[in-house]
Amino acid sequence: MSIKQISVFVENKTGRMTEITEVIGAAGVDIRALSIADTSDFGILRLIVNKPDVAVAALKGAGLTVSLTDVIAVGVDDKPGEFAKAMRTMSEADMSIEYMYAFIGRSDDRAFVILRVEVPERAAEVLAAAGFEILSGEQIYNM
Amino acid sequence: MDNCFTPWVECATRETMERMQTERLADTVRRCYENVPFYRERLDEAGIKPEDIRSLSDLERLPFTYKQDLRDTYPYGLFAVPKDQLVRIQASSGTTGKMTVVGYTQSDIDDWAEDAARAIVAAGGSKSDYIHVSYGYGLFTGGLGLHYGAEKLGATAIPVSSGNTKRQIDIIRDFGSDILCCTPSYAMYIGETMQEMGIDPQSIRLRAGIFGAEPWSGGMRVEIERLLGIKAHDIYGLSEIMGPGVSFDCSEQNGLHVNEDKYIPEIIDPDTGEVLPYGQQGELVFTTITKQALPLLRYRTRDIASLTRDTCSCGRTLIKMSKPCGRTDDMLIIRGINVFPSQIESVLLDLKMVTPNYLLVVDRVDNLDTLEVQVEMTGEMFSDTVRDIERIEKKIRAALLSALGLAAVVKLVEPKSIARSEGKAKRIQDNRKL
Repeated sequence: MSIKQISVFVENKTGRMTEITEVIGAAGVDIRALSIADTSDFGILRLIVNKPDVAVAALKGAGLTVSLTDVIAVGVDDKPGEFAKAMRTMSEADMSIEYMYAFIGRSDDRAFVILRVEVPERAAEVLAAAGFEILSGEQIYNM
Repeated sequence: MDNCFTPWVECATRETMERMQTERLADTVRRCYENVPFYRERLDEAGIKPEDIRSLSDLERLPFTYKQDLRDTYPYGLFAVPKDQLVRIQASSGTTGKMTVVGYTQSDIDDWAEDAARAIVAAGGSKSDYIHVSYGYGLFTGGLGLHYGAEKLGATAIPVSSGNTKRQIDIIRDFGSDILCCTPSYAMYIGETMQEMGIDPQSIRLRAGIFGAEPWSGGMRVEIERLLGIKAHDIYGLSEIMGPGVSFDCSEQNGLHVNEDKYIPEIIDPDTGEVLPYGQQGELVFTTITKQALPLLRYRTRDIASLTRDTCSCGRTLIKMSKPCGRTDDMLIIRGINVFPSQIESVLLDLKMVTPNYLLVVDRVDNLDTLEVQVEMTGEMFSDTVRDIERIEKKIRAALLSALGLAAVVKLVEPKSIARSEGKAKRIQDNRKL
């Protein structure tokens, strides 16, 4: 139930984002979701793509520092209060969230949230028990 | 006990060595006095005649020679022999201004080759070895120095010179190089490139390296040995004194044996000129006692080291010098604290979490010196969270503060963004204007 997320080390220099996204585009890889964590010196670009292994190879080949992290993808009904419900489920189960970011699917009434948690299997169980759909890699990559 | 190229000298008794040195020193001072106007003047000024030099303790009475003296007499002003006796000229560019020009008679070339051969044997080499020379060939003494040493030993020299790293690796793998000779930073680069090419260090013949021409830390040695699967040995020299091979590492890898049958070392206080006892760190000074073309008396190298006469397990009785930890002019003074790039290198390597690819950027902001240590991020170091990366930066900062007493800003940069060198690595970017 884990999704492979790509993280790329990005130095705070002009043109870095262009270079990274061009490498991904040239490798024929499609980006599903992205987020960037930034500090004054560097950023970490996190990507969900449709072909994670191809993307990693292409980025490493271009000399970039890349790692793969396991995250979970949760489907949340696109209604006010639904996301809060998911958050409550996590806090009641005493599970903390390292970081998260959301994206909207094209042909769905749902929003998708990528969560990085300490124990992905447990988080997936808890959320599924509360009625949230946990998406598989294939579902996300092929969206 | 090591094999020695010339055991009768390298393992000589103190008595034999001192007798040889005394004779040679007296002869050198006489030759300088008679043939080099510069030295005649200096010795007359100091009231010293060649016959006054009767024992090694008289060495201290001689005046120092400085790099500036070579610059002032550029190009051939300090040569002690007529042009016809010169068989070679070499030069080093130095970081400022004019080249330092040195010359050699045939006897000097033979002596130099012997120095380098001793170094190769001390690194475990023999006439059955392929000696891969990646030091630059040309006016720089590195390439030709090791090359002639290899031939003198009867080993097989592969004169690759520097550059074209992929080709270097092809040669190492296909020609079967046994011993690699280059700068330590280039050895690192070759090691990294081999790793990228997916070549297992155990799959190549290479078993030793002789690295010099720039200061390098014990931590760097461990890294190189791991990356290349070899034993890494130090070699020291400067073209003014002869070239690489003035001193060399043995199997103990704990200090370099000085070829004191040819070069008498001293350690002095760089400010007062006072000769310091064994064990104390100071500026390294050499007096050449066999060189004919360019004999130098008490030449101040500006390298910082110490000397010791402790017994060495290799069996050699040649005096040992510590690895030079920097140059008096490499030293940075940041907020009143003396800092050598090699110290920072040691801190980084001891942390075992960073590559030794770093750049020190010194600046002055609001009348206060600032130090930024740029270190390359590695694949192993990279974590998905900002927090983890910041933790690494903090750890480096804390280690530097504790080791140097200096609060530096640490900046993690992309791999390969710090310029690699094939020769001496540029570690300092001092942006402070006078």
